Amino acid sequence: MNFRHAKTFLLGALALSFLVSLVADKINPYWLYIFYDIGISIVMAVSLNLINGYTGQFSLGHAGFMAVGAYTAAVITNQFGELNAFAANGIFAVALLAGGLAAAVTGLLVGIPTLRLRGDYLAIVTLGFGEIIRVILQNMNAVGAARGLSVMHGWTNLFWAFGLAAVTVYVVASLVNSTYGRGFIAVRDDEVAAEAMGINTTKYKVTAFVVGAFFAGIAGGLYAHSKQFVTPGGFGFLQSIAFVVMVILGGMGNTIGVILAAILLTLLPEGLRMLSGIEHLPGFATERPLGWIGDTRMIIYSLLLIVLMLTRPQGLFNWRKSAVPK
Amino acid sequence: MSALLQLEKTTVRFGGLTAVSELDLQIGRNELIGLIGPNGAGKTTAFNLITGVYQPTAGEIIFDGKSIVGSKPYRITARGIARTFQNIRLFPSLTVFDNVRAVFHLHLRGDVRHALWRGKGYHAEEKSIAGRVMELLEIFQLGKFRDEPAKSLSYGDQRRLEIVRALAAKPQLLLLDEPAAGMNATEKVELTRLIRFVRDKFQISILLVEHDMHVVMEICERIAVLDYGIKIAEGKPDEVRANPKVIAAYLGD
Repeated sequence: MNFRHAKTFLLGALALSFLVSLVADKINPYWLYIFYDIGISIVMAVSLNLINGYTGQFSLGHAGFMAVGAYTAAVITNQFGELNAFAANGIFAVALLAGGLAAAVTGLLVGIPTLRLRGDYLAIVTLGFGEIIRVILQNMNAVGAARGLSVMHGWTNLFWAFGLAAVTVYVVASLVNSTYGRGFIAVRDDEVAAEAMGINTTKYKVTAFVVGAFFAGIAGGLYAHSKQFVTPGGFGFLQSIAFVVMVILGGMGNTIGVILAAILLTLLPEGLRMLSGIEHLPGFATERPLGWIGDTRMIIYSLLLIVLMLTRPQGLFNWRKSAVPK
Repeated sequence: MSALLQLEKTTVRFGGLTAVSELDLQIGRNELIGLIGPNGAGKTTAFNLITGVYQPTAGEIIFDGKSIVGSKPYRITARGIARTFQNIRLFPSLTVFDNVRAVFHLHLRGDVRHALWRGKGYHAEEKSIAGRVMELLEIFQLGKFRDEPAKSLSYGDQRRLEIVRALAAKPQLLLLDEPAAGMNATEKVELTRLIRFVRDKFQISILLVEHDMHVVMEICERIAVLDYGIKIAEGKPDEVRANPKVIAAYLGD
């Protein structure tokens, strides 16, 4: 991806998401929440792509970092009562940042011991880590344990969701497109050769991991203030897998493809749900002529993934000649 | 003049096996040295010792006046020892240009913040790097492939690219691990010319680990012969060729 006009892109995207957020009350709330989900999925998938796609590590715990960010941001903002818009956005920004940093520190603690190793250890450790986070939250009474935690404020809006998605894209694309960042791909392509070429492979892997965790934490804060309710079960292994699927489907190490996959895979279950008819939404059938499709939507979703992986292993949105790392 | 690289009684043991025993070896500046020996003689182990992949059980390795024992491979590369691999190890999915460019991070003045901020300094530095990468590629006639993925190059071109990539680290010492492996006679002639050219053009020392006697005899000024981890001979090509111990090691008693 050519990224010469990176700053123009970032400022443009921020301005655009701000303008759109001004007319948000004209958008059907059902769609509005789906848009938030899309923004959050983009942050998650693009940040995971830095770890799994560009650096070639296999993290299965991205939802765990999301949980750390979500709970951190929720606990911070729950300390505040009703605020005016200005103060609310200020506090929200601080809470999101705190959630990101908490996740990044967690990422550092998990990453330093495991990323020294080569091979599949990271997948196993991150898998375990995600479960540990979930079990810890499930037993922490201060944050509601298994009952979940109510988030008093719904401060996520289109500006935050898409502005932060743009920031994530900017950071990841800037990193990997620089001379410094070619090291990430070098580590993926051949770790032994990368080390012999003077690349501190451990440092690169930890950097990718911590940056990825940071944005997962931010996405968690957005998620908490979009749903206004978080439960430990919402950040389980299956959720991590969903983000991994976005990365694989988009084409490992292909930011645009991963963004498209994040959008598609967020819309797909909703689209299938719609076929089954949703009574409370205006404009959708109350009868359920295609209801059976809706009932089998998770099966359709899985089948689609299997077919896609068989026919396009390099990713659905990957057109480059040399996409699949050996 | 002090030697650029000096191995002093370097020993490596793996359990009960002594892979390299009390090896003494000196490489002078701008010297072209060959390290040969039959299969399993410890050539590659010696190579991995110098590059920091293995640590010596005993002995000392001094590069440019300082010990490099205990340094990690990437630090040793930064100090000025670059290598190529016997079974070519490029970054296959990166382009020819990016394969070389990735190594230039060693010479970056800025760090990550530079890449994230993307200010004037960043763009100037990237531009100067692009210039230097292309200059290197052009010297080795690889400029025309700049946007091709490295894995799509022919075998000979990949070998050359690997040498270019190693040179991008601005080494004082270049280690070539069996560069003639898998080459036909014409390619070997080409390779000997290339190695000489690299040494003269970049004014560096080269240590060649090689199986192919013709290549080694033709270009090396000095040759060390290993057998069962012990240096059995060292000298000019003609001396080594006539040495009865070497003949015995290669042909059997």
